[in-house]
Amino acid sequence: MSNMKLLEIKKLNKSFDDKKILTDINLSLSSGKIVGLLGKNGAGKSTLIKLINDLLTPSSGEILVNGEKIGVESKKVISYLPERTYLNKQMKVSEVIELFKDFYQDFDEEKAIKLLKDLDLDINQSLTKMSKGMQEKVQLVLVMSRKADLYILDEPLGGVDPATRDYILDTILSNFNENASVIISTHLISDIERILDEVIFIDKGKIILQSDADKLRNKEKSSIDEIFRRMFKC
Amino acid sequence: MELTFDNNIPIYIQLLEYMKIYLISGVFKCGEKLPSVREFAITFKVNPNTMQKALAELESMNLIYTERTNGKYVTKDQKVINKLKDEYAITLAKSYFQGMKRIGLGKADSIRYLEGIDE
Repeated sequence: MSNMKLLEIKKLNKSFDDKKILTDINLSLSSGKIVGLLGKNGAGKSTLIKLINDLLTPSSGEILVNGEKIGVESKKVISYLPERTYLNKQMKVSEVIELFKDFYQDFDEEKAIKLLKDLDLDINQSLTKMSKGMQEKVQLVLVMSRKADLYILDEPLGGVDPATRDYILDTILSNFNENASVIISTHLISDIERILDEVIFIDKGKIILQSDADKLRNKEKSSIDEIFRRMFKC
Repeated sequence: MELTFDNNIPIYIQLLEYMKIYLISGVFKCGEKLPSVREFAITFKVNPNTMQKALAELESMNLIYTERTNGKYVTKDQKVINKLKDEYAITLAKSYFQGMKRIGLGKADSIRYLEGIDE
């Protein structure tokens, strides 16, 4: 059991009609890691994430979470922050909290309320009345307040100011525990690379590199951001 | 203690350098209990695994030690810290002389410049 992988992806392919989106993805991830899924817009990051969350069906290949095929069980242990919100914006934050409580057994309401308070967010306010940055903070707080095995954050830094970015990174770090792993997809590498254990470069639907972040810096004598730019120069 | 990092250099190596300076300068004193890996990671805003790696390296250099179940401590041996301080000072001095050499100044001149500087 102990060396069982948290996430294992084998020979995964995904096409829409006859367009190939992901080609032969093989990936394995153990607990206690913060992993950056890095790629340009349209590289296939979000498709891969949706497949892991069982929101899309693979054309071929398989995805295992804790050794089992994804499905009802894997949804219980994966906490997912989508790129675009699925919440009804007419709802008040307190109503969204109730929704999370109903949906997820591992949701820690006290923690969510404390984090929201730290951020000066009013739980009696409806999402429509909040700025985009505030809405993103609310969603991140909710996602990080679950006691999940795997957190998958799709572009958590898009569209927020630098101070909020710092807060988001802090929230990820301080809520991350050794039994869990975090996958963060982003194209804003320089903001986030400091907290990553591992990086995965994805381009045109293929994984072209997977490495320990510090080892890669050491080998290339430059930042992950720089290595990425060099590799994907237009 | 907010640290700045250069993304071009492995983060654990930079953490190691910061920690050495904290030990040399007595921010963490001989025999003192260190914060946990988690506390360090949150304070320095780094990944706990990276922090762990830096602390393991300090431990292999005998600068800190782990007391079973109790956490990590700074070495009780002041000599080890003094030696580190000495090595660090020599490295800084060498880099000063190298810089001076590049602009054509020898050791005697370099020392003269040093003496002329008010701290």
